[in-house]
Amino acid sequence: MDAMTILSTRNLTKAYGGIRANTDINFDLPKGQIMALIGPNGAGKSTFVGMVSGRITATSGDVFFEGNNISKLPAHKRIARGIAYTFQITSVFTGLPLRENIALAARRKLGSDKAATDIKVAQVLDRVGLTDRADMIAGDLSYGHQRILEIAMGLAQDPRLFILDEPTQGLTELEVENFIKLIKSLAGETTILLIEHNMDVVMKTADQITVLNQGEVLAAGTPAQIRANKAVQAAYLGTTDA
Amino acid sequence: MEFGPHLMLASLEGAVTAAILALTAMGLSIVFGVMRVVNIAHGEFFMLGAVIAWWVASLLGGHPAIGFVLALVLAPLIVGTLAAVADRFILQRINYDPDRTIVATIGLLYIIQQTTLMTFGPEARPVQPPFNTRLALPWFEYGENGFAMIWPWGLSITSYKLFVIVAAITIITGLWLFLTRSKAGLLMRATQQDSETAQAFGVPVQRVYSWVFGLGAGLAAIGAVLVVPIQQAHYLMGQDPLLLSFIVVIIGGLGSLPGTIIAAILIGMSDGIISVFFSPTLAKIIATLVVAMVLVFRPQGLLGKSEG
Amino acid sequence: MTNQHRVHLLHFGTIALLALLFFVLPAYHVGNLARIMVLATYAIGYNFLFGYTGLLSLGHALFFTAGMYGLGLAMTQFGLPSAPALIIGLIAACLVSAVIGFLALRTSGVAFMIVTLMFAQAGYLTILYFGTYTRGDEGFVIQQAKRVMFGIDLSSEVSRYFAALILFSICFLTVARIVQSPFGKTLIAIRENEERARMLGYDTGAHKLKAIIISGTISGFAGAAYALLFGYAGATFATVQYSIFPLLWVLLGGAGTTVGPLIGVIFMFYLIDLSSSITSAYMLIAGVALVLLAMFAPQGLAGTLRKRWFKWMP
Repeated sequence: MDAMTILSTRNLTKAYGGIRANTDINFDLPKGQIMALIGPNGAGKSTFVGMVSGRITATSGDVFFEGNNISKLPAHKRIARGIAYTFQITSVFTGLPLRENIALAARRKLGSDKAATDIKVAQVLDRVGLTDRADMIAGDLSYGHQRILEIAMGLAQDPRLFILDEPTQGLTELEVENFIKLIKSLAGETTILLIEHNMDVVMKTADQITVLNQGEVLAAGTPAQIRANKAVQAAYLGTTDA
Repeated sequence: MEFGPHLMLASLEGAVTAAILALTAMGLSIVFGVMRVVNIAHGEFFMLGAVIAWWVASLLGGHPAIGFVLALVLAPLIVGTLAAVADRFILQRINYDPDRTIVATIGLLYIIQQTTLMTFGPEARPVQPPFNTRLALPWFEYGENGFAMIWPWGLSITSYKLFVIVAAITIITGLWLFLTRSKAGLLMRATQQDSETAQAFGVPVQRVYSWVFGLGAGLAAIGAVLVVPIQQAHYLMGQDPLLLSFIVVIIGGLGSLPGTIIAAILIGMSDGIISVFFSPTLAKIIATLVVAMVLVFRPQGLLGKSEG
Repeated sequence: MTNQHRVHLLHFGTIALLALLFFVLPAYHVGNLARIMVLATYAIGYNFLFGYTGLLSLGHALFFTAGMYGLGLAMTQFGLPSAPALIIGLIAACLVSAVIGFLALRTSGVAFMIVTLMFAQAGYLTILYFGTYTRGDEGFVIQQAKRVMFGIDLSSEVSRYFAALILFSICFLTVARIVQSPFGKTLIAIRENEERARMLGYDTGAHKLKAIIISGTISGFAGAAYALLFGYAGATFATVQYSIFPLLWVLLGGAGTTVGPLIGVIFMFYLIDLSSSITSAYMLIAGVALVLLAMFAPQGLAGTLRKRWFKWMP
């Protein structure tokens, strides 16, 4: 673990009763990179990021963020240290206006500085292209726009580590293209951990890929290395048309 | 009376409370288990059962047993029908939205309670038990001549109270068979597992819900018919059974029927025992706080598994 | 006119209207309105937790009576003057709500309702158990001569009305301000989607505890004021019914709106006032109202107004 590593896990394990969802995961994420986490359904990807963000309590093992052991911290304290998390199943404040959704995300850091919050909200809205819908109730937005709002709420937190759990699920092709552009524009600003099924998105955005299979790390490397990896092909890529 | 016989008496009284409570709480538990509905009006269905029992008995006259048997059939039928109607015309219309259901059933609580006040009146009215022989109970003591059987003064129970315990066990066993063996029970369990899939497979979910709501209320009514020869009918008598049933259902693990029965025995017995040894008010305070603490520190119920 | 102006106009207009009504209404209704304002303060406290934070408590009577008996016992048992007794009432409500909040917040949903109900029930029974001091169901009267604060006799019609108005205004404006603040907006976020709020980095547990304490203290303030202004404290106020009343008022008026509690209390007060002259079973009206509300107007009167016409309403 060097100074350039923002997130690492050591022997991170989650067991539900006797069933192990994650076994001894050792994982290092260099600062500033876009890391994709891939693997077949049920490989334990969501469990893994759940344990990193604190939504799921680990059975054993440790999580380090910027060199500090955060394993014992509750979720909200981990988030407050600079981790943002977007949900696999869209989870926005459906009863509140879009603007307030983003303001809530920004406000935790900006506190009661109303002017700074307003500026941040305007910037984020502009960046994701939802300015003209800012006053709509989030629940009235289309599915695709709700997914984008979910990402916008992550951006508004100015995270140092941004975890996205299957952000492109259910998006149209055009929306996926826009998403790829957005993620690429974030390169250098923040570190991204991306769970993704769409291999096109993975190959276009990721600097590094980690493959999970049956709760264990199967392989890790650059997209080219992963593409060439026989074990990955057998376990995962071989079963899809990617 | 010495401690031993006293405790035995308290346990028997506790068993009667537990028997009634098990029936009433089963009703609440089935409704919660299948429909995920929190029925605040459950205690009023109990009260209605008791009032109907009094009404049947006083209309018929003659030997108390005739009225009692008739009430045992009529009360759950009338109360169950009423509940099914309320389900059909109120709860189904609001789609069982959790908050609105709570509000609506609080409303039902007052409607039933206050209508009873207007018609039945504010008095507590007794109902004659069908039979009521006092049975003395023996106690064993170790004396000079080894073990001896003695008959302590005051250690006795009425035949009716024993009947209540037996009746409750019989009804619960019958209910168990109904739920596990009959087709109607199968439909209920299918609905409980996954109402959408059940609907897709042609289960008339709406009608099952009405039946379940009626069945739950009917069970409370049976409990009340059994208790009314001991306790008297009164328009406010629904409050305690409601609170106790909720405690039982939550401690037993929401919606779990075996858990509900075990919790009913636990709560009923300890309620009976505590109230024999302490002043009733203090006993209630202690019991309420103890159960509240159980809920606070084991919110998944005593039988539920903790997460992770 | 910006929305902010509209909000101020609504809030200060409400208070001005209440002040004006004193000079316009006949004595009977002035007396009613003084009571309504105290009960509306209780409803404001309840609404803060239920309407804005999304926690349905069935035990608020405990907080109301903590304030009521805190003040009442301080005055009758320890002979304290009204001002320090009021402070004791507030402290009592604050402490009780902190302890209950700390315990009850370990649960959620139905269990939270039942646990709060049970704690309140234990509180009611405790009042009965210490009947020597509390005089149980019968309650006790606070002598008229003692009900004086800063030299003003609070038992007179005028001072009682305006004391109730001041109480109401303080709590009304405080809550209105809090719910527009970042803290209040976080509470609303918790009501809407607690898991999301937590994963935005908010300590939702601490927020909910603060909300219960604020809600309980306002409710206790109302309870203490009730004892002081009307000179009576009794165990009736600790019963389940008095935990359900604020739920009813808030639902009727509109949960999560600033003016809802007042509207709800006014409606329910006069509905019961009218029906109790016809029947002793006046709670029947409350029952019918609840069922109708659940079926046709789940957002209450002010909530429906907001949804239809005045989207800016706080």
